[in-house]
This record gives sequence, structure tokens and C-alpha cells, in this order.
Amino acid sequence: MAKVTNVLLVGVGGQGTILATKVLAGVLQDEGYDVKMSEVHGMSQRGGSVVSFVRYGDRVYSPLVEQGTADLILAFEKLEALRWLPYLKAEGTMVVNDLEILPAPVLLGKASYPYNALEILAGKVRELVTVKAAQLAEEKAGNARTQNIVLLGALAKRMGIAPGTWERVIRASVPP
Amino acid sequence: MKKFLSGDEAIARGAFEYGATFAAAYPGTPSTEIIENILPYKEIYAEWSPNEKVALEVAIGASLAGARSLVAMKHVGVNVAADPLFTAAYTGVNGGLVIVSADEPSLHSSQNEQDNRNFAPFAKIPMLEPSDSQEAKDLVGEAFRISEEYDTPVLLRITTRIAHAKGLVECYERQEVEVKEYKKNAAKYCMVPANARKRRVFVEERTRLLSEFSETFLYNRIEWGDKSIGIITSGISYQYAREVFGAKASYLKLTMTWPLPEKLMREFAEGVEKLYVVEELDPFLENQVKAMGIPVIGKELLPNMFEFTPELLRQKFFGVDPASNPVTEVEIPPRPPVLCAGCPHRPVFYILKKHRVPVMGDIGCYGLGLQPPLEAVDTTVCMGASVGMTHGFQKASAWNGVPRKVVGVIGDSTFFHGGMTGVADMVFNNGSGVIVVLDNRTTAMTGHQPHPGTGITGKGEVTDEIKIEDVVRALGVRDVQIVDSYDLQAVDQAVRHALDFDGPSVVICRRACALLKGLPDLGKAVINQEQCTRCHACLRTGCPALVSHPDKSVTIDTNACNGCFVCGQVCPVGAIEKVGGGERG
Ligand SMILES: Cc1ncc(C[n+]2csc(CCOP(=O)(O)OP(=O)(O)O)c2C)c(N)n1
Repeated sequence: MAKVTNVLLVGVGGQGTILATKVLAGVLQDEGYDVKMSEVHGMSQRGGSVVSFVRYGDRVYSPLVEQGTADLILAFEKLEALRWLPYLKAEGTMVVNDLEILPAPVLLGKASYPYNALEILAGKVRELVTVKAAQLAEEKAGNARTQNIVLLGALAKRMGIAPGTWERVIRASVPP
Repeated sequence: MKKFLSGDEAIARGAFEYGATFAAAYPGTPSTEIIENILPYKEIYAEWSPNEKVALEVAIGASLAGARSLVAMKHVGVNVAADPLFTAAYTGVNGGLVIVSADEPSLHSSQNEQDNRNFAPFAKIPMLEPSDSQEAKDLVGEAFRISEEYDTPVLLRITTRIAHAKGLVECYERQEVEVKEYKKNAAKYCMVPANARKRRVFVEERTRLLSEFSETFLYNRIEWGDKSIGIITSGISYQYAREVFGAKASYLKLTMTWPLPEKLMREFAEGVEKLYVVEELDPFLENQVKAMGIPVIGKELLPNMFEFTPELLRQKFFGVDPASNPVTEVEIPPRPPVLCAGCPHRPVFYILKKHRVPVMGDIGCYGLGLQPPLEAVDTTVCMGASVGMTHGFQKASAWNGVPRKVVGVIGDSTFFHGGMTGVADMVFNNGSGVIVVLDNRTTAMTGHQPHPGTGITGKGEVTDEIKIEDVVRALGVRDVQIVDSYDLQAVDQAVRHALDFDGPSVVICRRACALLKGLPDLGKAVINQEQCTRCHACLRTGCPALVSHPDKSVTIDTNACNGCFVCGQVCPVGAIEKVGGGERG
């Protein structure tokens, strides 16, 4: 079977993973791939853990990515990077935003946050890329809300797709 | 042109392309985006109805008026709409009538899991199941055609992974379909016993004709591959099976899953060595195959609950575990959904918890009030149940000699959906429950749809706003109070008064959902670290904008804070200040 590439975008409800996924899928469609994407809306938007699966290739059947098969994971938050790590394949790449968003059980003192997440990831991931997206977004765009686009940029560098395509799709899907 | 669409978006597109002029729904995950994406089409009248029963009745009326009509709901919505559904199956249609049921295996945001394929044989109507977005769109056209040709409502059944998964869809222009003429026909539309008995016979004959149709329906197809394994499947399970078995199996891909193409199924079974059914939830296809006397493996191998995944099939068929990259060193704390910062439900739950009474909950964002630290809700059953359960709990307690007060909490959208008749019952039968209406001016849980109390329609037109206080007064409730949800003291006093009142009582806690657009800027709460005694009283509100640090200090994340100032009201030493913003609007 022709190769299908698997990507996960993971984060916390409200961080903009859905918009980022939309841009990514638009780029892949423009490149002529068959693309499928799956995410779950509803409860997860209230600050819960969110995941979008993106798969592309000549022909894609399942919209779900299987554990241990992701070529790329783009994590908008460190704890979520750890949570979804089992989906990364041994030779896969992870791009992680250097950001901590404490979940309710941690805020209530009922659980502890793994502040050493980056170290753990470094020991497990062949290619780990850390991005300080908030800082970059502030510096480059003067607006921390464009973090998701900054993160996509880091992903784009690793996908071998012409920058022009990204620009076109972002212009079409992001309100100015 | 190809568009990248979710199953829901594709169904909306299908309604457009195949000439629908009418659509109705009550929101519910994972069906909500269907009507949300139909509303912008100026060629289609579309509305949010107060509940699914009304939405279906409205669509039946539209079908009678000759319009191709589509109605959409989540799985439990079909329970609410079951009454009109079962008799619309007898009356049949004029303009095509399609009922979309969006089921939710694995209960991502639902109160139960149910397999609505069972409704098709139960109500005796045909059912189609798409397996991706392209089919979701195409099948809307097929469903309208079948509906009109066979004089029947058609069930279009999807699941979360069809509704919310996206794929490329070939899109076309709209086909204008002529609105049919309405002819009065009591024998067909008045289901009094004498007429209904005749239509009962018609329904059986229709099912027989539809079985024949199912045999030649192009979307029911055999895909031959290796014949040592044969897989009968439908919907998203078809994609998972293809993903896992590829050409190493043959497939009977069923799309019309009621009535079933018996001959085609026999032909397929005869052509393969070992036969399996791969289907999520109930053994719906499997039981039919077995009833045909064909040996098949289904639920003895695959689970009858929760979603499937390709990994699950690999495990069950080949015993292989996924090659995952597990994290072992640390425990990964869960990240459950929470009431947002500034959520107007929070202060009400904070007060209710203090009063230590049984609280009958309902369905909506406020269902999250069951979580720590608020833990204010005792029950969640179905939309509107809070009111009836409050009355029943209160009555049974009094009847059995342990009189006590009981509180029900219900959202504004849920009140219009299924709360009003419960209030009528409480008044009618001399109840004395307390109903707290959490009026956040919207249907928040499903993404801010308008409802009869908001003064605006789904299409964005201005309309008369039905006031909940007027409704409950008209239903005979004499003790009605209205308070600002953000005002802790006012909520507390109102609840105290209602609990003391002898008779049915309603407290309307009103404050717009903090995520609604165009709200006044309320400023931010800030903790004065010098005054703060680190007593953590504020953390007991459970607001996610409050951050506690390892040294026991607490700060407020200003990006998250929406300025409700509930934390400031519970701080015993006045260490929380309000910065910026206008008056409490
Ligand atoms: C029969 C049925 N239809 C739809 C739903 C989906 N649903 C759950 S809660 C909800 C709306 C709740 O709105 P509201 O009562 O205003 O509470 P809010 O979320 O705004 O707090 C909906 C539509 C459901 N669970 N059951």
C-alpha cells in the first residue's frame, strides 16, 4: 500500500489546535494529497485535552492515527506532548511548545505537573524540537494569540512543502 | 470542485445540492454542525427548534407542504422524537424527509451510548449509513430519492467519527427540486385506527419493496480481495477494516443497512471461507446474518461497546499490540473539562453546595458542577429530568415521613427543551420543589445556539424573546425570584427564601455565558499578595484562572480571568481587588 503520513496536533481546548489543523489540511489538499482528519468536539472544548489526527497520502481509509505510527506530533502544551507520546513512532519527530497549562487536578493540589516533561521527551524522542511560541508570536507578530501559526511554522519546516502554499492557505483561513 | 468537509458539513452540503428547502434541529453533539452549516444557505429555510420532537414535527409538516426536508439530532434526540417518528413511518411523506441520527459510541459528550440503527427496524423505515464525508453528502440525495419514491421517512445514521472526521468531497451545483403540491388525504395523513390499520399493511409492503431495492442499490457492494476472510461491515468500521486488512480480505460494504440485501449477503457469504461482521455497538448486522442461518463471527471477537479503532481490530484479529512509545517515569494527570473562568454557573453551585440539599442536575455545561471542588450536583439523567426528579424526590420524601427540600438546576435552553411540562406537574400536584434556572442566555454546551429565550433566531432574525419568568408564572408558580448569578449574596438569599417557601418555587439566576461575544469588559481580579493569608478559600470556587503555587501562594492568570469577581466575594480578608473594567454590567 502506498505510504500514508500520520500527524497529530495536540493541546488544550481553546488553544487554537482546530484552526491550525484546518490550515495544515488545506495545505495538504493543495499539494494534491488525499487527506483525512478526525477530532472530537463537545466537552473537550471546556479546557480539556484535545487531539486532531491528520493523515495524508495517495489514498487514506481510516481517519484515526494508530498508536506508535505518528510521523509527526505537534504539541501545543508540554503535558499534552507527554500524554500523546505513545502515538509517536520510534523514528518520529515531535515539535513541542514550551508552555505549561495546569489542569484542574493540579490547580486543586490533587495531582502534580510533570515540570520535567522536556527532559523526559528528550530521552524518548529521536527528533525533539522545542519552540517558545508565545515569545516568538509576541516578538514577530506582537500578538500572543498567533502562537498556533508560529507552531505550524515549526511543523512546516519539517514537511518539505513549499512556503508559498502555506502562505496562501493561511491567508485564506485566518482572519486578519 | 473538491472541498475538505466533515461528515456534518457534507450533509449540510448535500441538503443544499439535492434541493432541500427546509431543515430543523435541536443542537446536540455530534450533530450540531449540520444545521449550523445549513443556516447560511439562503435557499433553505432552517431553524433551531426547542427540542427534537418539535424539530421532527416541524419537518413532517414541511414535507407535507411539499418541501424536501431534513431534520438532525444526536442519538438521544431520537428518543425524544420517537413518538412522531413511529407514526410518520405510517403517513409517509410528500416532499422527501430525511432524519439524521448522529450516534456517539464512546460517549465523548453524551450521557449514554445507544445504537440507533435499532430504530430503523423498530420504526420500520429504511436506513443509510455513510462511511466517509463523500458518502455523507451523496447519501442525502439518495435518501431524498428513496423517501419520495417509496413514500417513507429515511434514517441517515452517522457516528462521531463520520460527523467530525473530514475528508475531500466532490461538490456540485444545487439542483432545484420542485416543491410538491399538497393534496388533502385523510386516509394517508390522519392516523386514526381505521386508517392506520391500512397504512400498517402498506408499511409491510413498502419494507418488502425496499428489500428488493437494497439488493441492487449501488452503495451496497462487494469488494473482492483474498477470499479466505470475508468481512461484512458498514459506516466507519468499513474504513477501519480496509485499513487493517487491505487486499487480504473481501468486503461486503453495506450502506443501506435496513432493510438488508439478503441475496447479496448470501452470495458474499458463499464466496468466502470465513465470515466476520465488523460493526460497532450492537450485533445489529450480525443478528440478521445469523437469522439467515449463515455462520458468522462477530461479538464473540469484537466488543459491543465503545468505538472501534484500527488498533483494536489488529489486537482482536491478530493479537498484536500497538508499537507504542509509552511514558513510564511520571504519572500524567488527566485534564478534564471544567467550568470556564467567569462561568455564571459557578457561583450558583458554590451557594447550593453550602445549603446541603439534594440537587437534581440536568444536562448542559452545568453538568460540570458535579466535579470537585463544587460537587454540587447529585444527578444527571436526560434533558429536563431535573424538574420531574425534584418533584418526585420531594413528594416521595414527604409521603414517606421524611419531608425535605429538594433543588433542581436546569439551563435556559434545557428549560425550553424539556423543563416546562415538569414545572406544570409540580404546580398541578401541589409540589414544593425549588427550581433554579441557570439562565446564561444561550445554549452554551453545544456552542452558543440561540433558543426561544434569546430573542434571535438561528437565521439571525430578531424575534420575541420568551421570558422564563413569564412562563413559570403563567404555569402557576407564585414564588419567582430573579437574581444576578455573579452576586453571591443575592443568590444565597434567594435560595434560602425558596427553601423556606411552602410551595413550588423558581429562582432564575441570570448572567450571560462569559464566552459570548460583545459582553462588557468587567476588568480582572488581582490578588494582593501582602494581604493574602493563603487560606485557599478562593480555590474552593474551582475557577481555572486561579493558580496555586508550590509555596501555597495563589495568583490569578489575567489572560484567563473574565472578571466575574466571585473569588473576591469569597475571600475572607478582602485581598482580591478588581482592576479595570466598568461597573458590573
Ligand atoms: C435530547 C438531547 N438533546 C440534545 C442534547 C445535547 N445537549 C446537551 S446539553 C445541551 C444544551 C444545554 O444548554 P443550556 O441548558 O442552556 O445549558 P448551558 O450549556 O448553556 O449551561 C444540549 C443541546 C442532549 N444531551 N440530549
